[in-house]
Amino acid sequence: MRIVEVQGLSYKYGNEAVLDSITFSVEKGDLLGIVGPNGAGKTTLFNCMLGLVRDYQGSIKLFGRDIRKERRLLGKVGYLLQRNPIEKAFPASVADIVALGLTAGSDDAKVEAALDTVGLLDLKQSRIGTLSGGQQQRVLIAKAIASGPEMLIMDEPITGIDLASQKNFYSLVRALNRKHGITIILALHDLEVVGNLANKLVCINRKMFYHGIPQKFFANPNLLKQYSEAGMQAHMHLHGHGRQ
Amino acid sequence: MLELFQQGFIQNALLAGIATAIMCALVGLFLVLRKQSLFGDALAHMAFGGIALGLFLGIQPLFAAAAVAALGALGMTRLRQTGRIPADAAIAVLLSTGLALGITLVSLVQGFNTNLFSFLFGSILLVSREEALMTAAIAVAIAAPIAIHQRKLLHLAFSEEQAKASGLPAAMLDYLFIIAASIAVIVSIRLSGILLVSSLLVLPNLAAIMLGLGFKRTMLASAAISVLAVVAGVWLSYVANIAPSGAIVILLVAFFLAALAAKKP
Repeated sequence: MRIVEVQGLSYKYGNEAVLDSITFSVEKGDLLGIVGPNGAGKTTLFNCMLGLVRDYQGSIKLFGRDIRKERRLLGKVGYLLQRNPIEKAFPASVADIVALGLTAGSDDAKVEAALDTVGLLDLKQSRIGTLSGGQQQRVLIAKAIASGPEMLIMDEPITGIDLASQKNFYSLVRALNRKHGITIILALHDLEVVGNLANKLVCINRKMFYHGIPQKFFANPNLLKQYSEAGMQAHMHLHGHGRQ
Repeated sequence: MLELFQQGFIQNALLAGIATAIMCALVGLFLVLRKQSLFGDALAHMAFGGIALGLFLGIQPLFAAAAVAALGALGMTRLRQTGRIPADAAIAVLLSTGLALGITLVSLVQGFNTNLFSFLFGSILLVSREEALMTAAIAVAIAAPIAIHQRKLLHLAFSEEQAKASGLPAAMLDYLFIIAASIAVIVSIRLSGILLVSSLLVLPNLAAIMLGLGFKRTMLASAAISVLAVVAGVWLSYVANIAPSGAIVILLVAFFLAALAAKKP
């Protein structure tokens, strides 16, 4: 079953083309990795997919329907952003934050189940601001999955998180996809990591370089050359730390 | 002491004061979390300009204040949403515009300075029964929807971007909340006066936040602190013959300092 279908997506900010003819699809159960350097258009792509940017060319279908016309489809999608610092004094417990992800009403059982999935049930009553960066990001994953979404979109979720927490994060992403059956779209700088986690790969730098399985990408020197010429190689060295 | 609370004007003051305290605690919590603590101050200064305009034109000062403050607040929200100027700068613009308008009108016409004085410093002990009931009704009308939609407002305060991505109508909620905050400020002027109105919005919440509780308990603690300060402040003002608005705010400052001292570093 096709969950996402992006067809000929182009978006301009002023006269500048931020996205140019992007086309890819996501099937149910996929873990799609999106890689590209800073300014490649990954966040803009997600903003279009979430209906936050609407004046684009081309079409985006989520669950077979146009997201611009049916905002309620967002109820089936969880979204995780880059980590923003949370103030220590922010007066909300971990459970309060996870409950923000529920689409309606309050359901303690769902909050607890989501926290259990990310391994933070024992911190349920702690204030969110007192947790480490890695723990906070896991709480935000719990928030994103609390309402039982069919798909999870993650935009550079490990930025600013220590290496040990990053490894835990990758294991969690893998488990959410394989054990819990959640379709995942994950944007990262690190081609190596994405290549290991994902079963499909999309490389963009405003235009699309590649869409397919990671193994084909890594086996093709021309694609890797193209990728490095686009300035992505620098990111691979800067952020890469071996295969997981 | 019981006799004091049996007097009509004290009962009116307490009814209006408690209603205002709860309303301001609720509205103020979200202002503090959205880093708009000075918003109440800016609105109150706009209201000062509006009150001066009302007195100058011979129309009900609080209605003029409400209109001027609401217009200013909506304009400021629009500027903030478009990102054309930083949020704190928008507050500064609002604050100085209101004050300048008020000072100019006061200098133009002498004679309404006495009236203006009660708006600047509050006059809760002069509230009539009708005014007290009206204040209570407005407080319920503002506090109830905020309490009902507290999770959406918390989501917006926690991460506007994530709230939007989850399908919340963030811009609409922003406008509705700002209008509610404007009304809360105008209603509170009777209790605390223009110069002290932001203390009702900010201090009980800062004290409550220091307690390290979850969100709902922080909200309840803030309302409780605010009500306690109002009741004790009215009593203190009567027995010590001091201005009630000053007494209430000094008590709020004391609660805040006590919470700050009790909080582990």
